[in-house]
Amino acid sequence: MPFIPHTEDDIQSMLATIGVDHIDDLFDEIDPSLRDVRLDSIPERASEQAVTRLMGERAARDAGGLCFIGAGAYEHHIPAAVWELTTRGEFYSAYTPYQPEASQGTLQVVYEYQTMMTGLTGMDVANASLYDGASALAEAVLMAVRANRRSKSARILMPASVHPFYRQVARNICANQGITFEAIDYDRATGRIDEAALTRWAKEDVTALVIPQPNFFGVLEDVDTLTDWAQNNGALAIGLVNPLSLAVFKEPGRWGTGEGADIVVGEGQPLGAPLASGGPYFGILCCRKKHVRQMPGRVVGRTQDMDGRTGYVLTLQPREQHIRRSKATSNICTNQGLLVTAATIHMSLLGSRGLENTAATCIANTRALVDRLTAIDGVEAVFDSPAFHETVLRLPVDAEQALAALAERGVFGGLALAEFYDGLDNTVLVCATETKTEADLETYADALRDVIAAQAEAA
Amino acid sequence: MSEVPKDLSYTKTHEWIDYDGDGTCTVGITDYAQSSLGDLVFVELPDAGTKVGAGDAVAVVESVKAASDIYAPLDGEIAEINEQLEDSPELVNEDPFGEGWLFKMTVSDPEQVEKLLDADAYEGIVEEEED
Repeated sequence: MPFIPHTEDDIQSMLATIGVDHIDDLFDEIDPSLRDVRLDSIPERASEQAVTRLMGERAARDAGGLCFIGAGAYEHHIPAAVWELTTRGEFYSAYTPYQPEASQGTLQVVYEYQTMMTGLTGMDVANASLYDGASALAEAVLMAVRANRRSKSARILMPASVHPFYRQVARNICANQGITFEAIDYDRATGRIDEAALTRWAKEDVTALVIPQPNFFGVLEDVDTLTDWAQNNGALAIGLVNPLSLAVFKEPGRWGTGEGADIVVGEGQPLGAPLASGGPYFGILCCRKKHVRQMPGRVVGRTQDMDGRTGYVLTLQPREQHIRRSKATSNICTNQGLLVTAATIHMSLLGSRGLENTAATCIANTRALVDRLTAIDGVEAVFDSPAFHETVLRLPVDAEQALAALAERGVFGGLALAEFYDGLDNTVLVCATETKTEADLETYADALRDVIAAQAEAA
Repeated sequence: MSEVPKDLSYTKTHEWIDYDGDGTCTVGITDYAQSSLGDLVFVELPDAGTKVGAGDAVAVVESVKAASDIYAPLDGEIAEINEQLEDSPELVNEDPFGEGWLFKMTVSDPEQVEKLLDADAYEGIVEEEED
């Protein structure tokens, strides 16, 4: 479909038809201070050839290196069939393909996706996805405030061990809705939620506790104790998970001694979405059945048509924005259909054993990397806890400079944490997924040894 | 034409109120309301003990095509909810003035009852909406 903008003649003829002199008059109800947005860094025009070249150059900066950066987005092998199938016209070009009489294929894919997600998380219900992990966490917070009717405080306990960007997004979306976030510090030795910091909230009205597993440092939290703590204190337990990790760890539906976590959210990127300068990704949101009326987003259900044949339809729609208006469960009235299609195909191709092998290989590779790097004089692990596929290391030199020097040698060595946490100067969050070989780990270790030696000499 | 029992009071928002003259009342939605909504699939009720003001949204009735707020008709406190509706929301469709009641509440200012609509006034509203 070609994109043909309106010509000046088209615009004049349309304005004349409706009796308006200037196109700006159509927007005069919007305050001028809001309209007057200058896009100085965007040139007036550029040819397709020039834009293609510019974008190619920009993309090349991210490509080609050995990537050991995780921190919320992970490089995984994606079978070629995943995007070959996902980009077929039937999936790729359809917009809001939810009419049951015309879209059984798409609806069934979403239904299968939901089924896989409930299997991974051990929850009763999954929605058809949200935008990304960070906004899914914000939606879980809003949902918890609606669902926990015993709590009047709208107070959310948000551990510092949750991804810093997720905390920012949740605050942006929720803070103006009367919801307060209380930070829960992490234990300096273990990298886990500091349980002493939780204790001061034990007698207070708390709406929900966010439980990251693994947390931002890659560390595994004591999810059973935390889930019990939340539920014994009248709070809901919101699990924030990496879906791949659930192939090897206990699913949130079995956390604690009760009925498990109440709501589970996460970033879907590790399931078939490539690293692509930040997106598009997709958000996972699952919950127990008793909270389903407060769940945002859409759900596909399986049913039978008049002739008794299996069919798929959107269900539980009356709480969505097009019906419930300002009282909808969310003002985001959509889902990431294409990414979910890729994830469903990805999981189908890998199977449960393939996912388990992938997760286990990630753990093994990260351990092997940490062993190699901590063998270098002065490099040490910051936390002494079991981890998934990420670990925080402290370098004996300036971490930002070391990472820059590594990048020049084609190694993206991790994320420096000083920017996000006081007291984590010269620390780096490193990750080695199943995509890394022994030789890759060796390359990183050799490069880091050289870089540290060079920096130490210069100092 | 939907049923509008003469001995009840009403609101413009289609709740009925059965005031016992002794400080408590029973609240439900009218026959006209249930038939406009269609088959109910879920009723979300407040907790007993919740203090409410007249006009507060206190409950939600959800059909396959809409979810609608139910408003407290008077100031007071929720005394009891119809727990049968959790498993059988269809009672509201089948018997809106009987088995399908939503909640009982204590009334803090009995004079407010006088300001509710009587059956004739409510019938006028329904006729207007039906046109």
